[in-house]
Amino acid sequence: MKRLSVILVLVFALVAAACASGTSSTTTTASTATTEGTTQAAAEPFKIAMIAPSAINDLAFTQSMYDALLAIQTEMGGESAVQIDYTDNAFVVDDAAAAVRDYADQGYDLVIAHGSQYGSSLQEIAPDYPNTSFAWGTAGDTFGLSNVFAYEAASEEGGYVEGVMAAALSKSGVLGVIGPIEVGDAKRYVDGFVAGATAQNPAIDIKVNYTGSFSDVALAAAAATTEIGQGADVLTGSAQMVTGAVGVAQQDGVLWFGTQADQAQLAPDIVVASQVYEWQVVVDQIISLIKGGTLGGQSFVIDLANGGETIAYNPGYSLSEDTKALAEKTIAGIIDGSIEPPRPAASS
Amino acid sequence: MSEFFKIAALVTTASTGIRYATSYLYAAIGETFGQRSGVLNLGVDGIMLLGAFGAYYTTRQTGNLWLAMLVAAVIGLIMGLAMAFVSVTLQAEQGISGIGFYLFGLGMSDLLFQKLVGTPLPIPGFPQIRIPWLSELPVVGQLLFSHSIIVYGAFLLVPITTYVLNRTTIGLKIRSAGENPAAADTLGVSIARVRYGTVMFGSMLAGIGGAALTTELRIFQSNLTAGQGFIAVALVYFGAWRPVGVMYGALLYGLVASTVLQLKTLGVIPRSVSDLATMLPAVITILALVVAVQRERQPAALTKPYQRGG
Repeated sequence: MKRLSVILVLVFALVAAACASGTSSTTTTASTATTEGTTQAAAEPFKIAMIAPSAINDLAFTQSMYDALLAIQTEMGGESAVQIDYTDNAFVVDDAAAAVRDYADQGYDLVIAHGSQYGSSLQEIAPDYPNTSFAWGTAGDTFGLSNVFAYEAASEEGGYVEGVMAAALSKSGVLGVIGPIEVGDAKRYVDGFVAGATAQNPAIDIKVNYTGSFSDVALAAAAATTEIGQGADVLTGSAQMVTGAVGVAQQDGVLWFGTQADQAQLAPDIVVASQVYEWQVVVDQIISLIKGGTLGGQSFVIDLANGGETIAYNPGYSLSEDTKALAEKTIAGIIDGSIEPPRPAASS
Repeated sequence: MSEFFKIAALVTTASTGIRYATSYLYAAIGETFGQRSGVLNLGVDGIMLLGAFGAYYTTRQTGNLWLAMLVAAVIGLIMGLAMAFVSVTLQAEQGISGIGFYLFGLGMSDLLFQKLVGTPLPIPGFPQIRIPWLSELPVVGQLLFSHSIIVYGAFLLVPITTYVLNRTTIGLKIRSAGENPAAADTLGVSIARVRYGTVMFGSMLAGIGGAALTTELRIFQSNLTAGQGFIAVALVYFGAWRPVGVMYGALLYGLVASTVLQLKTLGVIPRSVSDLATMLPAVITILALVVAVQRERQPAALTKPYQRGG
């Protein structure tokens, strides 16, 4: 009876997890469940698959790419022209690698591995599927493979602009930054923000706090409370855990600058602006190349100049004309090269 | 470093630590009851997530925070019933079934969130309550007497549950079910009923802990708890299966986390060792676990299903 009940429980747990997540999870460690979604399609649509480390509605990294794919789908004629499938919450690299292989096996035209941690897996998998195009971000390395594209965001540019605005808007002269881990896209954004704020006000005091987690919302909230306690009246941050920090900012009447996606909905009164990643600028080019026969070998950057990064002002916050003009001037300066935000030392 | 020892900074650090510890405390006290009666529930994190989503969705739909807490409690009770059925009636391996519940809670809360809400939208939270006169005391006022009802509730649970466990008949039954179920059985204690009760109560508190988290953060998103439930289980061991000990454990974890944040903010912890510092709350909990296991014996019948006749 006992053995049967153990088997029953295992089956129950696996079925429940599978039903709830849509893919059968073969992990034995307590890792995050993966979810899979499908938009139906008819004859010969261009099939795109996306694998990402967090949820597609995280209002940050993953959502930025998912929103871009949806925009492309609409632009190219809807579900009959472009089919989008995704596996999100694939934080564990092994889960993601399995999903990448799966999609490639099923004959997808473009498999997007949206996470810098997926690089080594992609390097192994891509050569096995020479007729499938893979895209990897955020990164600049295509491993010399002819079917791998790479893409990244020059997030230091939008960070710089927001840093300038933050320093201009701060009354206490203290800014606060809540970052996840000091790597990749988050580091670029924060470095840009610090540089922009310091350029605007050399006497500005910026508290930078890397909490060490991309997902710990409670820790981000505590970090925000700590920085506000030190006098910060404008905050910013990167990664999906910032929702906790925004909540604290809303409560204490502190301003917020967002990145990766438009975060105005989190706190309509205090979000000043967000740097939005418009990945479709890059994915458009990739799709054209694929249709023309080139499956990889190029890397792309979204920045302010090519419209891949935009500053979305929150209409619910009344931004002064002066600050807005300052922001626009900074954007123009970065585009024409007269302002140089800090660039990463070597391409990742 | 001297900045850290300024009164204002110390008070912020301690107050943040207390608030951070709250959801851990609810879940850990609940788990204490279950473990004291002999049942290990590793699904706490999943139940917290389900309770959190239930509270979040209820608040979004009705704006009624108390109704939200009730919904979370009921969700916890139902999950507790399921867990008790699996652990006590089916007598399954408790560690494994707990993980199953965790995966279920994680996936289901995420699925429901995606289908019913779609994107993170803020909710209101419980207001800060300043206890008259006491909250005006210097230092202590802001530190202890200016929190929300949810925080007060968690800490009030400690003396209440300590009393129940040590001074009431039901507490005696719980403890005996966990120490020597065979002997308790001969004295007429229904082991199954006691364990059902404690597991359901513990899961109810886990659900409330999740609701406490979501109303404190005023948002919900995928994997909101980020493993808090597992830390809560560890805290039960740390606290030597006593609510007061569990409270100290939760406070230690919370205060270490908030101290690390404060030191990072002040620049005392340089960015080069920032990730090492992030580990500290977990490292200290592990060290404390080692000490606790040496000091105190766990309930003798923990994780062992009971069958009359051996």
